[in-house]
Amino acid sequence: MKKNIILAGVGGQGILSIAACIGFASLEEDLFLKQAEVHGMSQRGGAVQSHLRISSNEIASDLIPEGKADLIIAVEPMEALRYLPMLAKDGWIITSTNPFINIPDYPETATIMAELEKQKNIVTIDADQIAQDCGNVKSANMVVFGASTPFLGLKIESVETAIKKLFGSKGENVVETNLKAARAGYEQAIKQK
Amino acid sequence: MQKLLLLGDEAIAQGAIDAGISGVYAYPGTPSTEIMEYVQASTEAKQGTIHALWSANEKTAMEAALGMSYTGKRAIVCMKHVGMNVAADAFVNSAITGANGGLLIVAADDPSMHSSQNEQDSRFYGKFAFVPILEPSNQQEAYDMTRYGFELSEKMQIPVVMRITTRLAHSRTGVALQEKRKQNEIKLPENLRQFVLLPAIARKQYNELLAKQPKLENASQESGYTKYIDGSDKKLGIIACGIGYNYLMENFQDEKLNHPVLKVGQYPIPASLIQKLYDACNEILVLEDGFPIVEEALRGTLNNGKKIHGRLDGSLPRVGELDPNNVGESLGKKTVSGAAIPELVKNRPPKLCDGCSHHDSLTALNEALGTYTKGRVFGDIGCYTLSALKPLEAINSTVDMGASITMALGASDAGLHPAVAVIGDSTFTHSGMTGLLDAVNNNTPVTILILDNSTTGMTGGQKSSALGRIESICTGIGVDPNHIRVLKPLHNQHEENVAIIKEELEYKGVSVIIPRRECIQTLARRMRAKAKK
Repeated sequence: MKKNIILAGVGGQGILSIAACIGFASLEEDLFLKQAEVHGMSQRGGAVQSHLRISSNEIASDLIPEGKADLIIAVEPMEALRYLPMLAKDGWIITSTNPFINIPDYPETATIMAELEKQKNIVTIDADQIAQDCGNVKSANMVVFGASTPFLGLKIESVETAIKKLFGSKGENVVETNLKAARAGYEQAIKQK
Repeated sequence: MQKLLLLGDEAIAQGAIDAGISGVYAYPGTPSTEIMEYVQASTEAKQGTIHALWSANEKTAMEAALGMSYTGKRAIVCMKHVGMNVAADAFVNSAITGANGGLLIVAADDPSMHSSQNEQDSRFYGKFAFVPILEPSNQQEAYDMTRYGFELSEKMQIPVVMRITTRLAHSRTGVALQEKRKQNEIKLPENLRQFVLLPAIARKQYNELLAKQPKLENASQESGYTKYIDGSDKKLGIIACGIGYNYLMENFQDEKLNHPVLKVGQYPIPASLIQKLYDACNEILVLEDGFPIVEEALRGTLNNGKKIHGRLDGSLPRVGELDPNNVGESLGKKTVSGAAIPELVKNRPPKLCDGCSHHDSLTALNEALGTYTKGRVFGDIGCYTLSALKPLEAINSTVDMGASITMALGASDAGLHPAVAVIGDSTFTHSGMTGLLDAVNNNTPVTILILDNSTTGMTGGQKSSALGRIESICTGIGVDPNHIRVLKPLHNQHEENVAIIKEELEYKGVSVIIPRRECIQTLARRMRAKAKK
């Protein structure tokens, strides 16, 4: 088992929480893991990415080679498209459809959607709406994470343990909301797979 | 064996705790910041058995660590690569004094300049000072080498450099821990003149330092961190330094690597190992992240030996970090790429946060400077460096920590009036205070804005050494209290702030303007913590 995952979003959108969940779940299953993060200047409202690699064998490079990513998990639709050169021919894109507009020349949403629809293997999710329905719009990243789980090859128990571990200190309500959000994301993804 | 999921920086921190350090000294700087932060969060630091507080700058950090080493206890000092320039005076001379308790200097380089103004290679400093350098290829080695670094330092009585790069510092993986070692007791140097670098003593010790070099070469081989791995295909021999080894192996996941490899994790590299590889192979490829230091040494000035491939002959890019792709290409491998980035994708550069006080301060400055010609504002290192970009375009220079004030002085001396410096609170105490003293001593007409957001913001909100004492520092240095003006950088006080800045721009002496409002990130964090209680 080996998965190369690009996590994409804008600084502050919570891609590192998704990375942490996948990390915890991988540890539950005794997999090897490498996760390269972006810290420092680029975090300030800029485009951020994380390279996450999980495998049953030891991993050499912290960075994923171009064209070798199995998955792009994005919490922002334009950011999903930024990393297409990283994606393998048969790779999948899991992305939120909610734009994060903090630049003056952000493209029309319709243009982005049209570009996303051209992609062969893609799951698109209205993560904000689903998170809202689950109780808190802040769980949008967990909706996207949930939607990625059918493609990760991780057990559902490991995924739930990971969410409990990450949000445990914030109380039972927060854990429940995030579990609910992840499950809702999962349901959506299954429909589109 | 216990395994923890750790960043490279955290692996070094845990390695240092387990190696029995008594102190960690540092000034925040990407990608090194998390080393200090991890130790600060440890039980040992909370119980007060390890000293773990931020220093004013890298030089004070280096000197304090050397002082701890003098007492016989172990100390680690951490900085980003450009911090080595600040600490260089103390660092280079620490090689002449030698160490007593184990002394490890961690230099975190940033090839590709993800968060830096240059991509200098700290291995150069290690060689310059004649001290051993450790360069881990992965996080486990970073942990193990930290422990080994202290052993080597104590055995050879020499400071040891650990050089890492951004990718290793900020990548997380499982790390297996070893047993904790006890801290050293105080045991002063047997020779109480060891640290007195009077010329007569320094000459003697410099000779001793040079005499240690063959022993250091041997140590690189004995530790196994620099080793020769034989292979049957002698057409090409590969020297893989630090993280370059990972990128090499990434390209041989599905097939066996048959070339002989010299894996370099410790310097000085034993000449015998280089000779062995050189004699055995037709050509050599050097993979090193940063400068082509090994490659250049191997080629020599005339480059009239066997073919040496690397950054200098175009096999690898001359600048920027190594990655699995460019290393693959240097090995003649075909790399694949996914689809191109669609044209509609726009750049999303970093920018000041919504609600950031710097935005209000610099908007007011821009307006106050409105009637003057452009190009009068000398900036510094911090979040406000981003104000060089649109929409603010407020500063005209960013060079090094503290240079805003001193460059404004030089420009003022040349006749530029008004000349303005923009510097943050933490950068001011790092390296701005001495420049202010120059200004006061010469009564240079200069307007200095110390943007006080009460934290070290760019690196994630570490404690600022300037906290609560900027006015007293400025008056202490000799600034006329009538020309120390404190502003509240808020939108609704804009007109008033512009008027005050205008007044000070016209003043023909040293004036300090302090726009003060807490960093929006630390404020939010404080509010969240409060709500939790």
